[in-house]
Amino acid sequence: MADTADSHISEGHDGGTRRDFLFLTASAMAAVGAAISIWPFIDSLNPARDTLALATTEVDLSPIQVGQRLTVAWRGKPIFIDHRTPDEIKAAREVDVSTLPDPQSDADRVKKPEWLVQIGVCTHLGCIPLGQKPGDDRGAYGGWFCPCHGSVYDTSGRIRRGPAPLNLIVPPYEFASDTAIRIG
Amino acid sequence: MRRPVIAAAFVAALALLGGIAAPARAVEEAPELPRQRWSFDGVFGTFDRAALQRGFQVYKEVCATCHGVKYLYFRDLAQIGYTDEQVKGIAAAWPQQVTDGPDDTGQMFQRPARPSDKIPGPFPNDQAARVANNGALPPELSLLAKARMGGADYIYAILTGYTEPPPGVNVSAGMYYNSYFPAHQIAMPPPLNPDQVTYADNSPATVAQMAHDVSTFLTWAAEPNLEERHRTGFKVILFLLVTTGVFYAAKRKIWSRIHH
Amino acid sequence: MAAPPPGAPHGVATGTHTAPLSVPEGRAGRIIRWIDYRLPFFSVLQSELGTYPTPVNLNYWWNFGSLAGIILVIMIVTGVVLAMHYQPHADLAFASVERIMRDVNYGWLLRYVHANGASMFFLIVYIHMFRGLYYGSYKYPRELLWILGVVILLLMMATAFMGYVLPWGQMSYWAATVITNLFSAIPLIGDSIVTLLWGGFTVGNPTLNRFYSLHYLLPFVLVAVIGLHLIALHQHGSNNPLGIDRRGPQDSIPFHPYYTVKDTFGLCVFLLFFAVFVFYAPNVLGHPDNFVPANPMVTPPHIVPEWYFLPFYAILRSVPDKLLGVVLMFGAVFILFVVPWLDTSPVRSARFRPIYRLFSWVLVIDTIVLGWVGARPPEGIAVTIGQIATFYYFAHFLILMPLLGKIERPRPLPISIGTAVLEATGARAAPAGRTERS
Repeated sequence: MADTADSHISEGHDGGTRRDFLFLTASAMAAVGAAISIWPFIDSLNPARDTLALATTEVDLSPIQVGQRLTVAWRGKPIFIDHRTPDEIKAAREVDVSTLPDPQSDADRVKKPEWLVQIGVCTHLGCIPLGQKPGDDRGAYGGWFCPCHGSVYDTSGRIRRGPAPLNLIVPPYEFASDTAIRIG
Repeated sequence: MRRPVIAAAFVAALALLGGIAAPARAVEEAPELPRQRWSFDGVFGTFDRAALQRGFQVYKEVCATCHGVKYLYFRDLAQIGYTDEQVKGIAAAWPQQVTDGPDDTGQMFQRPARPSDKIPGPFPNDQAARVANNGALPPELSLLAKARMGGADYIYAILTGYTEPPPGVNVSAGMYYNSYFPAHQIAMPPPLNPDQVTYADNSPATVAQMAHDVSTFLTWAAEPNLEERHRTGFKVILFLLVTTGVFYAAKRKIWSRIHH
Repeated sequence: MAAPPPGAPHGVATGTHTAPLSVPEGRAGRIIRWIDYRLPFFSVLQSELGTYPTPVNLNYWWNFGSLAGIILVIMIVTGVVLAMHYQPHADLAFASVERIMRDVNYGWLLRYVHANGASMFFLIVYIHMFRGLYYGSYKYPRELLWILGVVILLLMMATAFMGYVLPWGQMSYWAATVITNLFSAIPLIGDSIVTLLWGGFTVGNPTLNRFYSLHYLLPFVLVAVIGLHLIALHQHGSNNPLGIDRRGPQDSIPFHPYYTVKDTFGLCVFLLFFAVFVFYAPNVLGHPDNFVPANPMVTPPHIVPEWYFLPFYAILRSVPDKLLGVVLMFGAVFILFVVPWLDTSPVRSARFRPIYRLFSWVLVIDTIVLGWVGARPPEGIAVTIGQIATFYYFAHFLILMPLLGKIERPRPLPISIGTAVLEATGARAAPAGRTERS
């Protein structure tokens, strides 16, 4: 059937390999071109430059007194900054880590012991724990208390009691100077 | 139909179309603009970083008194060669502060700008701008190079085009004669005077130099991605040229079976 | 069942499946057969794009149909992604477009491809239409194919018009004002219609929102109509430069690989042309005033549409009467619907119609002149030229097409495509002049 229909089409006489190489190259270039063209569409979905500009927050720590706690926003979430008292630091360090639901030493959670920086979102279902404001219930361990389902965090932000599975998350941050941190 | 004739007619038609589309905006009264040479001209053009920074300095010290740059953020200045520290400093030292808040007492407050903020304009809104400028509204500048025919050439021509009016031409009160502004009467007083700005890189601040630098800066402000666009375009067109050649060869090969 | 001979009319939906599906060996083949038995995707691909018999003598004017389809895909894909960042509110739209241009990764590329792509789409479709007019592709049995094409053009024009409003620049706003105001020319109910279109007492935020919704919708309606357009095409197959029907298998070749490779080559050439605009002259086809945010209190000195609307704009302004201008402008598109019945010539291709062929090119020049007129302010000599050009446009369809078919003496048609091809290639193969022209 194909023969009679295409009898006016002549078969090429030259080497099949040279012809195939040409067609292979052509198809490959078309495929490469198509693949490269897809990237801008995908990358345009990534955070845009204005979103990324808000991805880092700098916080000046100098106005925060010892014992004071400050909440700042970072990427749409609250950040708990705690200028810890020596008692709070001591209480955090004296805990036997192996008894904790999410074992983690205090030293692993801070860069400088008097500054505790963590994301103020309960690791259970996402409520914001109390404890930042004077007069707030800080729970039995002097840290933070989540009113939604009763999770209790200690002065290192570690979960002690209640349904939360993990300690309060420490965001990536670094000290830009002795009195300022850069989060994110 | 003979192929070369068709191709020629086609190209001619396209050229005509291009000729129609381009001066489709040609207003009768728009004067002919002298063309300048810009570092960003042509397929391989780039922005001269030194000119951009000088131009920004002109904008900051001269133009920002009346004109905003609505779509620029301080962080964009990192693209013209300033370090992150310098950008932070420029933002913090900007004469206008940024409104933020409400704070815990429910009040809005002013704070110094940060790199992630837009560059504040001199006026809170258009009405305030008009009051301060005899009813005229100084246009925002971050898109001006695209919003006017001639782009950088137009801006340069306006800035250097203030002259005495020719004899017999009456200039209305509060207006100034400009050779290149449509209808020749512009509400903006000549903004540039020699040595008005002391350039950080010690270049001589002639009117022509300042006009050139600020025109370069404003072109960048309107098209910050120009260099990336040109670079990408070069690679794309190169790739397409090769691919077109390969497919032409493949087409001829396959069709040789028909054409014997 | 017996396969119909290649070149003869065959229908997709008539159930006359042609060749059995050819599949690779092994598991891949089994999977393909499994799918195809339940949903004949691969069979249809093979019969409509693979072995599909296509005239052997198509020239490059026939590339523009597939090009149009591809540019539509490009427009839809860029449009959907742009829609993720665009904000359709009068207070936010302009700034959202600037955000796309400056802050969204590759946003500048997406925007410039979409904006310039619209111009390319019209350029391609206008050439595609001219091919149809020149070679008589609108004649029996392809009248509906042509009519569907005009529907496609109308949908494109509506989509493009609304799309241009979305950036909410000065031209966006004022073009929307001018064009929606046209409907007030309708007697009795005109003003009510305009208020309905606007959703208010001027072009404003309600107008912008509904234009956005429709601009997103219409391209998919377009896809459906193009589907019908292609089904109609495949009923009788493509026309060809000689305008004579195929008579036997020697007049056809399978679409793949001949026209797949030719269309891909044409696509590469087009992409080169497109890339020059996108990367090196992205704003030359646009208007600087659209980089000024819309201001209802300030009218630009000269309101002009994009270049592809300029001829129609010129026709609109060619008569001083508002209603008549509107009627003529829409008439200029609607007259295309009846072209299959206006042209009385029994000969399809202008290659064999020397007078009609000349006037076809005059029509092209006439539309370019109309475009030039549309770009200028309506003063001076441009007005007169515009009126003459408008008159010629309608005269071409209403007077020349019926008349020429009757009085023109066409050149003798070749006996068949195959013999014509043979003659052409024979002449090339033997330049020493062994050709016989019968």
